[in-house]
Amino acid sequence: MNDNTLLNIEDLVLYFKTSIGDVQAVDHVSMELQKNKAVVILGESGCGKSSMAKAILRLLPRNVSKYSGKVIIDHLDVMTLDDEEFRSQVRWVKMSMVPQAAMNALNPVLRAGDQVAEPAMIHLGKEKEEALELAREMFQRVGVPVDFLTRYPFELSGGMRQRVAIAMALITSPQLVVLDEPTSALDLLTQANIMNVLKTIKWETGTSYILITHDIATSSELADEVAVMYAGQIVEVNDAESFFAEPLHPYSRRLMASVPRLYGTEEPDFIPGRPPSLLNPPTGCRFADRCNQRFAKCDEEPPTFIVDGHPVKCWLYEKDHSAVVNTTNSAAGDAS
Amino acid sequence: MSPDVHKNSTTTASTNDDVLISVKDLHVWFELKKWGFSHVGWVRAVDNVNFELKRGESIAIVGESGCGKSSLMKTLLLLNRPHKGQVIFEGKDISNLKGKELKWYRSQVGYVQQDPYGALPPFMPVHRILDEPLVINGIKDKAEREKRIRNAMEEVALTPVDDFLHKYPHMLSGGQQQRVVIARAMILEPKLLVADEPVSMLDASVRVEILRLLRKLQEQHNLSVMYITHDLSTVRFFSERIFVMYAGKLVEQTHIEELLGNPLHPYTKALLTGTSVPDAANAKHLKHVPPGEPPSLVNPPPGCRFHPRCEHFIDGKCNVDEPPHFEPVAGHIVNCWLYEEGRTSYPAQ
Repeated sequence: MNDNTLLNIEDLVLYFKTSIGDVQAVDHVSMELQKNKAVVILGESGCGKSSMAKAILRLLPRNVSKYSGKVIIDHLDVMTLDDEEFRSQVRWVKMSMVPQAAMNALNPVLRAGDQVAEPAMIHLGKEKEEALELAREMFQRVGVPVDFLTRYPFELSGGMRQRVAIAMALITSPQLVVLDEPTSALDLLTQANIMNVLKTIKWETGTSYILITHDIATSSELADEVAVMYAGQIVEVNDAESFFAEPLHPYSRRLMASVPRLYGTEEPDFIPGRPPSLLNPPTGCRFADRCNQRFAKCDEEPPTFIVDGHPVKCWLYEKDHSAVVNTTNSAAGDAS
Repeated sequence: MSPDVHKNSTTTASTNDDVLISVKDLHVWFELKKWGFSHVGWVRAVDNVNFELKRGESIAIVGESGCGKSSLMKTLLLLNRPHKGQVIFEGKDISNLKGKELKWYRSQVGYVQQDPYGALPPFMPVHRILDEPLVINGIKDKAEREKRIRNAMEEVALTPVDDFLHKYPHMLSGGQQQRVVIARAMILEPKLLVADEPVSMLDASVRVEILRLLRKLQEQHNLSVMYITHDLSTVRFFSERIFVMYAGKLVEQTHIEELLGNPLHPYTKALLTGTSVPDAANAKHLKHVPPGEPPSLVNPPPGCRFHPRCEHFIDGKCNVDEPPHFEPVAGHIVNCWLYEEGRTSYPAQ
């Protein structure tokens, strides 16, 4: 961990209790994020990516059965804080979140401006006038006309509501914003416009992003780094240049091959089968059943190998890359 | 093509035999009322749309939400009635069908919904979901129904059939649910399949599988397909022609390769720019996309409906007169004043 590291996650575990056993939604995940960088967490639905966001922000439901590991943001180990300390020192101060379907996450009976100003009043202790002034600035930054401050959410279009939700996440100038599928419910051009807003904010304010999505093509709009998640585990962390050109893990490769392209004659391919249940994940490599490069070794759980500086959880890389790191203690983020 | 149980199709006479469905001057407007009775205006969801769909042909309709593509689709399914204009199916005007005839028409048109889980009744097992259309359409022989259910399930690769017959929708994965929806749409052996964003709710890894399945069905049954989507990167999968729709109007109509290689309408160009391809370089620059949002269909802008967002906007023309069809390239129709004959310069590609 160096001075430029903003977030360091080590061995994060989040299990949920159900009547038929524990759901291992986030299973020993490690990663690192630098200042002013964006990491994309890619994965299919049900792979644990939203749970990971919740685990980082400690927005936990009641049925948690296990929650452990280390989350260090800006040299502060947040796992040692109690809930009230976490709320006052970390949440919205150091990191905030744009939830999934944020356009429906706004309070329908509060004016948009008041909602955006609220975090500034609660977390920064601003007076209402000051906070509203700040909200006005935020509206301009995300491209919402300032006279929308007094409108109610139902008077705004989906794209505008999404921008308002982003403004709310940014008003306290956090260093890290977690974006959970920020554009998946929006139209193509609106989506492109929001991506432009997010890029501009990143360039101007130096914010870092964790972007959680299943949309590979759109994720490339923001990504500096890509972490691929499968069945509760991170199977590859790579920088965007190498990932979009040549991913390392067989799952990432097949995922990339499944993206329909606008141009070119290459026919996309699909991945047969479906991800394993997280209730009782298979021992060994969790992707093995769907993998076309499976061999005997895959019945054992693969450790994380460092391939050209990028952590990959796959036995294929055992031979040439002897630098084996213990899974449960990996410094996966050393890639960057 | 599989044997057709309904023989009404012999009425095809006057028009070209190849044309399955033809849409003429179609307007789908919804009335806006105040206090439930006094008329205050119209939502012009579909405005003056004309096209023909041949047997075995597929057309993609691309546009953003609220552009009227779903209203158009629902009119083809007769879930909406046209406000004005005609929909002619096999030489027969279907816009005002009722009773038995309506039932017959619905058996000719299959519908694949966007959200498979929402489209399947949660309390019915797969067997009953597929049985129902057959019962409703008067197939009394139980063995025959059983045979057709099994055939349909095999066709959509829900195999082994016995494993799936008695499952409820929530026990299936998203891809399997969508297969059930497709099987249900296909079980009456329709001539036209309307697919409303059939893969937008599915994971990337199964999308291609479902698109391939639809294409296979189209080829095997010589189906006509209306494929409605907002995702340009999937249209090439099984569409020959593509229509771009904006604010209730078709703005560009052509073949798919032509559209990708030579987009003419400024809106189409924006859509193509807006579509991402996975490339790390994307993160380095902003996308050049038009600002703003599609207009309200209650009070659409005069002239070209795209003009408030268009960078090539010609004052005194685009905001006054509605652009007619222009055909600057054979077989490539565009509704945009930039392509008026006599204009010398086209905007740069």
